[in-house]
Amino acid sequence: MDWLTILTTTVHAAIGWEVVVYGLAAIGVNIHFGYTGLLNFGQAAFMAVAGYGLAVTIVVIGLPFWVGILVGLAGAVLLALLLGVPTLRLRADYLAIVTIAAAEIIRLIFRSVAFKETFGGSDGRRGFNNDFYEINPFPPGHYGIGPFGFNERTFWLLVVGWVTLAVCCAVVYLLMKSPWGRVLKAIREDEEAVRSLGKNVFSYKMQSLILGGVIGALGGFFYGLYNGSVQPDVFGTEMTFFAYTIVILGGAARVLGPVVGAMVFWVLFVFIGNFLSEAVRAGYITVITETQVGPIRYALVGLGFILLLVFRPQGIFGDKREIALDAR
Amino acid sequence: MPDNQTTTRKAAALAAFQGLEHEPGVAKPDAILTADNVVRRFGGLTAVDVGHVEIQRGSITALIGPNGAGKTTFFNQLTGFDTADAGSWSFNGKAMNGVPAHKVARSGMVRTFQLTKALSKLTVMENMRLGAQGQKGENFFRALIPGSWRGQEDEITKRAEELLVRFKLDAKSEDFAGSLSGGQRKLLEMARALMVNPELVMLDEPMAGVNPALTQSLLGHVKDLREQGMTVLFVEHDMDMVRDISDWVIVMAQGAIIAEGPPDSIMSDHRVIDAYLGAHHDAPLSEEELQQQLHEAEAALEAEAAEEEAAK
Ligand SMILES: Nc1ncnc2c1ncn2[C@@H]1O[C@H](COP(=O)(O)OP(=O)(O)OP(=O)(O)O)[C@@H](O)[C@H]1O
Ligand SMILES: [Mg+2]
Repeated sequence: MDWLTILTTTVHAAIGWEVVVYGLAAIGVNIHFGYTGLLNFGQAAFMAVAGYGLAVTIVVIGLPFWVGILVGLAGAVLLALLLGVPTLRLRADYLAIVTIAAAEIIRLIFRSVAFKETFGGSDGRRGFNNDFYEINPFPPGHYGIGPFGFNERTFWLLVVGWVTLAVCCAVVYLLMKSPWGRVLKAIREDEEAVRSLGKNVFSYKMQSLILGGVIGALGGFFYGLYNGSVQPDVFGTEMTFFAYTIVILGGAARVLGPVVGAMVFWVLFVFIGNFLSEAVRAGYITVITETQVGPIRYALVGLGFILLLVFRPQGIFGDKREIALDAR
Repeated sequence: MPDNQTTTRKAAALAAFQGLEHEPGVAKPDAILTADNVVRRFGGLTAVDVGHVEIQRGSITALIGPNGAGKTTFFNQLTGFDTADAGSWSFNGKAMNGVPAHKVARSGMVRTFQLTKALSKLTVMENMRLGAQGQKGENFFRALIPGSWRGQEDEITKRAEELLVRFKLDAKSEDFAGSLSGGQRKLLEMARALMVNPELVMLDEPMAGVNPALTQSLLGHVKDLREQGMTVLFVEHDMDMVRDISDWVIVMAQGAIIAEGPPDSIMSDHRVIDAYLGAHHDAPLSEEELQQQLHEAEAALEAEAAEEEAAK
């Protein structure tokens, strides 16, 4: 068994690009769901709009990188308005239904034949990350210690990614400590009560939807920049549900929950997968074949989360007292 | 001297009602809230159909009526929590129909809920702070700069602490509101409403589910609101309490206002008795009627017994 491979891939998973992408998606979901109680099941759509906004602006229209970023962010804000205006006045479950449907519609538009000229159909778009790597200040080489480390391209992406994560966490920390965040948390508890105290609930819900969507959109950028491409099917409902899993794993309404949740999530995911593969290859496990490792990995990760919810329903950082209140 | 003031405020309120007719919709000398032809239907059911009503400024007015009379629904219309099918109402002379709930609250008309709405996962103190108006830190961009709202937050906290002491919740200040008992939640909701600095406080059954000892202190608080110059409109079923604290009583039944009057005489109003007991209980039974009903019942019983005998 190649323990070194298992170890390095696991360590890389803890700080790798997946943590950046899903951590940002989860920070957004945490603002929506954890703090405001909004059930946005279309987080993948915000990421898709951002990724495609960047790609199409650069590849199809031929505008510079920064314009692409602005287009992606504007797309996320627009999507939040589009989803929020008709649904935020309604009961919470309507937003869930509308967002999950809207995310699918957006994915299908991106992969549709009719817009193949623009979005590239099911192949998506590629070739838009050169500008990002051109401003890479790190010279070519290996960045890390011993077997652990990344090449200069990945290292550059991770530095920018982790700085972005840190900034987002700092923003969430400041906001949620403030009276603004207090209104959001109060809306999660009971929006009628908040209305009766003179707060414009609709406006706050919209601000929350936009903020969480924009932070999710940053995750969409990093996905595109790392992989050098965006394809429609990447931004399926699975991406959104991974983000929710991460939020619950880390502990809802906790500033660092999404980041640590994403790290734990990907470590488990990668470790279980590689461990099983190696064990099967080495002949320690004979009941499954190597092709069955993929699905079984999902099953085991799922089992892990069920156990988590049974034994630590508040997540890693959550407060047990808060969960107990739900039972009252 | 608080005692002196108490008597003057109460006296002033009572004087305002002196000599008013005991008719529904009677005009008050200085109305803070006026409503006209407010109608709310749920399908075929007309839950509220109020022709005209005025609430006297600086008084404690009770709104009573049997279950399902439409009191809560009427509150919901006035405070913007529901959209009336028809009607207009004004607060301090400003039209309020169609105004969304948060703007109603901002204009100084604050309500509490029959089913208490404590914000469970916020602490008692955070619940209180939420009530304060015009908070700089509630703006997204200012929220990011703690220095821009800290000072105001401290003032708000101080005011909240004072109120919590008055409502005997100061020991619970850092507990989750969700951990409070039912009665304590009622207290918190009332205190939180006061953080808004309202002119008119509308309390929907503030004493429901509160133990008698706490009720006494709640009653004290409600009277206190009038002493501070606020107007109170409250819904209550317990007539002893209504008699104790209210200056004027408005009676609702089947959506309409059927009577108004001072608390000590309102319950003897025949329209009110009809509303509570049903119209066929119209007047108290006379001696003969009572005898006759008794005979009828006896006869029916005897007939039944005889039938049973025959069947055997
Ligand atoms: N959302 C609703 N949909 C349908 N009917 C409703 C609705 N809200 C209230 N009603 C009906 O309107 C009538 C008045 O209800 P409301 O809650 O205002 O009574 P209430 O006077 O507050 O009674 P209580 O003293 O029991 O609180 C009732 O018959 C009730 O069934
Ligand atoms: Mg009611």
